Amino acid sequence: MNREQLADQAFTREALASTGRWRRLPFIADPKVRWAMGIGAAVYLALALASIEVNWERVAEGMSRALNFLGAFTQPDFLSRRDDIIDGILESLTMTLTSTVIGVALAIPVGLGAARNIAPLPIYLVCRSIITVSRTFQEIIIAILFVVMFGFGPLAGVITLAFATIGFMAKLLAEDIEDLDWRQVEAIRATGASWWQTMNHAVQPQVMARLIGLSMYRLDINFRESAVIGIVGAGGIGATLNTSMSRYEYDTSAAILLIIIAVVLLCEYGSSHVRRWTQ
Amino acid sequence: MPVSISPQGQPRWRLRTSRAQWLGYLAWLIGACLFLLCWKMISDNTMWVFVADAGRQGGDLISRMLPPDWHYAHRLWKPMWDTLNIATLGTLLGIAMAFPVAFLAARNTTPHPLIRSLALGLIVSSRSINSLIWAMLLVTILGPGVLAGIIAIALRSIGFIGKLLYEAIEEIHPTPVEAISATGARRLQVMSYGVLPQVLPAFAGISVYRWDINIRESTVLGLVGAGGIGLQLNAAINSLAWSQVSVIFLMIFVTVLASEWISARVRHAII
Amino acid sequence: MLTLSGVCKRYPTGDRALSDIELSLPRGQITALIGPSGAGKSTLIRCINRLVEPTSGSIRLDDTELTRLSGRELRRARRAMAMIFQEYALVDRLSVMENVLSGRLGHVGFWRSFLRRYPAKDVTEAFRLLERVGLSHALDKRADALSGGQRQRVGIARALVQSPQLLLIDEPTASLDPKTSRQIMRLIRELCAERRLAAIINIHDVALARQFADRVVGLRAGRIVFDGKPDELSAEILTTIYGEEDWDTQADHERDAPSKSKTQSHPALMSPISALAALSTGSTR
Ligand SMILES: Nc1ncnc2c1ncn2[C@@H]1O[C@H](COP(=O)(O)OP(=O)(O)OP(=O)(O)O)[C@@H](O)[C@H]1O
Ligand SMILES: [Mg+2]
Repeated sequence: MNREQLADQAFTREALASTGRWRRLPFIADPKVRWAMGIGAAVYLALALASIEVNWERVAEGMSRALNFLGAFTQPDFLSRRDDIIDGILESLTMTLTSTVIGVALAIPVGLGAARNIAPLPIYLVCRSIITVSRTFQEIIIAILFVVMFGFGPLAGVITLAFATIGFMAKLLAEDIEDLDWRQVEAIRATGASWWQTMNHAVQPQVMARLIGLSMYRLDINFRESAVIGIVGAGGIGATLNTSMSRYEYDTSAAILLIIIAVVLLCEYGSSHVRRWTQ
Repeated sequence: MPVSISPQGQPRWRLRTSRAQWLGYLAWLIGACLFLLCWKMISDNTMWVFVADAGRQGGDLISRMLPPDWHYAHRLWKPMWDTLNIATLGTLLGIAMAFPVAFLAARNTTPHPLIRSLALGLIVSSRSINSLIWAMLLVTILGPGVLAGIIAIALRSIGFIGKLLYEAIEEIHPTPVEAISATGARRLQVMSYGVLPQVLPAFAGISVYRWDINIRESTVLGLVGAGGIGLQLNAAINSLAWSQVSVIFLMIFVTVLASEWISARVRHAII
Repeated sequence: MLTLSGVCKRYPTGDRALSDIELSLPRGQITALIGPSGAGKSTLIRCINRLVEPTSGSIRLDDTELTRLSGRELRRARRAMAMIFQEYALVDRLSVMENVLSGRLGHVGFWRSFLRRYPAKDVTEAFRLLERVGLSHALDKRADALSGGQRQRVGIARALVQSPQLLLIDEPTASLDPKTSRQIMRLIRELCAERRLAAIINIHDVALARQFADRVVGLRAGRIVFDGKPDELSAEILTTIYGEEDWDTQADHERDAPSKSKTQSHPALMSPISALAALSTGSTR
């Protein structure tokens, strides 16, 4: 619509409103685009919903299991598989900690390399591709590959989580460095500081608090992920959980899920404290 | 006190008090010990023979993947369509459930503190449990298929969208809300006129962001039988058809990158 | 029409914001409420429409006891009392028309308001008011695209579309320049006269209060210390309200700098009488 039409329209809207007729301005001004989008969305929804195949008999059969599962939460069974659960949780926790430490340690150089304002182009490209690959693939896919390479067990899990941590942390770190307050860096440089001294005095103070906060957040994510990569054999509580579910031992599954929720809550509580302490 | 007087009577400048410094060192020491302990436990549970072999295994894997089996791609369109549907419908369902939960969980809109704690509990449980675990569970209940995947994604999204949205609701300006209540509006009207317009952009941004994450998550739900391209991935890995696996990987890579691009564009347009 | 008796308010923090307020407003009267910062002016106004719960006392609007209402009755009572805010309190992301129509929320059902299907009568009235405040051309603009004075006009239109009997106005001009302030006050005064509305206006600017109010009530530390005609406001009375200050001197800051005042004072009140004198020479009224 050109300006004249717009002015015309505004005028008619005023005239209409003065006689009591008024509608909200539509979100998309052009009626053609509006209709096209509405119809497009409707068609997509219809096609998508039509392509879902549901075996209703199987669903009906499963309803009693759903009730069992909900019931299991009222009386979770921590005891009958106690040893498995304890081993699994401990393994998950150790994997979480090691992978976060290793991942953050490696994410710092990658993040520096992926910040366009301080890294030369070839290094920038390499670091960016590492980040992209790590962020695109779900942890579990990476876990499959590492299990094939390193064999079953927690080491594959640690490497997976560390790799995922690199992608996550390095991207955010690089963004932080890219919108750094550049005047502080110049000020330090002007004193004749070396590259390392510049990093230490100008860059580190500006990104450190957020780095710690993000690491705590990632610790939390890694714990949650460590509970699933066990499904493909990369260690942690996931294997125990998978077994208990496929045997329909819902009371044990409920116990494990409750423990996971409790640990996540603890993590969140702890990380809010650490963040306050470092600020 | 950062400045203290040395025995010679000269002021000494320090970064922190010595007590805080010692505490800091202690924290680092404990952290390092904990890390070594954890590392020891992991290495005890690791077969180092296999690890020594990892380089060769990796090379082997790549050589088997490498000419990707392009013809296989034709059989991936339907699973990819399912994956997109799982993510999109799951996100829509999740939004529908997270929206009221967020209003019940925000301090300034909740009808009662007890309801607030319930809503917060729901959000935490949903956030703590990975969508793959939800999928595992739903497959045993509903049977394998796309439906289990959609619901798994929805259940996981409640926590994410709910948390970010209730935080946004708690940060709104209170005065327009007061002004609307002062007109004699009822509760729902106060929400729809005073609160909703203020959180709408955040809400749209959060939803699109979660959709993008859900695309990535829905690519693996098939590993536990919940539909989508993960089913093909599982089958290809089980039959050691690595040249098909690489095609699937490429497909996932392109889809996830595209969805990330779309989501970033949309969020940029909203804000 | 509005009667407050024995109204007290103590905040949970322990601040005693109002003690034993006795006040009665007849229909059609404009009352200015003046007093130093923290005297309890906003608290008093908000107690009337129960945005703040009074601790004790009674507030009656005609025959309704407002302090005991809840739910639907409270909403019904609030429809009769419209409020205008210092920071305008418009919903930024809604259009001007939507903001004005939100004054009718107490009268329309949820779905009607959600879908913006307001009765034609409400729309006509809203548009008429927008014309009255001079903003009919901006009906589709978003509220955050307006200037401060325009926003306050929208706030006034929103209040009046409620067709209230009483206006509660909390510092309508505190964020506006002197000229716009006067225009807004004049608009409020004219609208009140047209509809025979009673109004309570919290205001820091004593000169404005004198110029536009029928009655001035002085509040200090939660108590009413003055209640009378605007021209009864003398230097002594201003001192009882605001504390000691040299009210009569010229606004000569070099001479005023070592101020004699020991008690708190508000910068805008340095010398309202001289401000008034300056005003009366170039008065537009
Ligand atoms: N929400 C609150 N919680 C606790 N105390 C409050 C609250 N609001 C106001 N008070 C206290 O009540 C007293 C009166 O405050 P009020 O806002 O009514 O003053 P005011 O006369 O409107 O001041 P101003 O001219 O600055 O707007 C003050 O001492 C203030 O600290
Ligand atoms: Mg006030």
